[in-house]
Amino acid sequence: MPTEGTKASRPRAGTVARTGVPTCQVDDNLGAVSQRVREAGWNACVVVNRERIVMGLLRAEQLGGDPTHSIREAMRPGPSTFRPHVAITEMAEYMGAHKLENSPVTTSDGRLVGLLVREDAERAARELESTTTQPSSK
Amino acid sequence: MPVKVDRDQLQRLLEQRAQLVDVLPRDEYEEEHLPRAINLPLRRVETEATTALDPGSPIVVYCWDSA
Repeated sequence: MPTEGTKASRPRAGTVARTGVPTCQVDDNLGAVSQRVREAGWNACVVVNRERIVMGLLRAEQLGGDPTHSIREAMRPGPSTFRPHVAITEMAEYMGAHKLENSPVTTSDGRLVGLLVREDAERAARELESTTTQPSSK
Repeated sequence: MPVKVDRDQLQRLLEQRAQLVDVLPRDEYEEEHLPRAINLPLRRVETEATTALDPGSPIVVYCWDSA
């Protein structure tokens, strides 16, 4: 929902996350999923159930695994997820410190909102910093 | 009895003149809050709810949902 207030326009995890991230289900085949993800120009895929609740994550390493495996066998189960309201500066700092290429953003009940890519988070944080630390014109 | 509502339910409730209450501290409320929300910080809810809110209309309470 839209918000109001002195800092309502600050970018947050949910506004910077890419909502078009590819998704798959645990019974899908890794080979087919990897091909679809590559063709879409991604190197990550979020594993969800029918209600779009996040079950796992496939990053580049998992996507390059044995193509005959199921997603259930290949995925990183139960990845750390973040809520949409988290400030982007906090996300950029956390993802950098933990060397996370990307992180799923979900609602409090685990429903996928999008995938936050570290590069996007760091760029948004830099832009925010540059707009808040502009020298005065005095 | 309290029930959890999602975004769509909240919007419907607001159309029915529900009262939206942000229970965060005043400074956090001023930084960001949902449109039409009034601020009633958690520490003041018990003492001020009966005077600040209309018991005849639904009341929706929210705060940040931490990760």
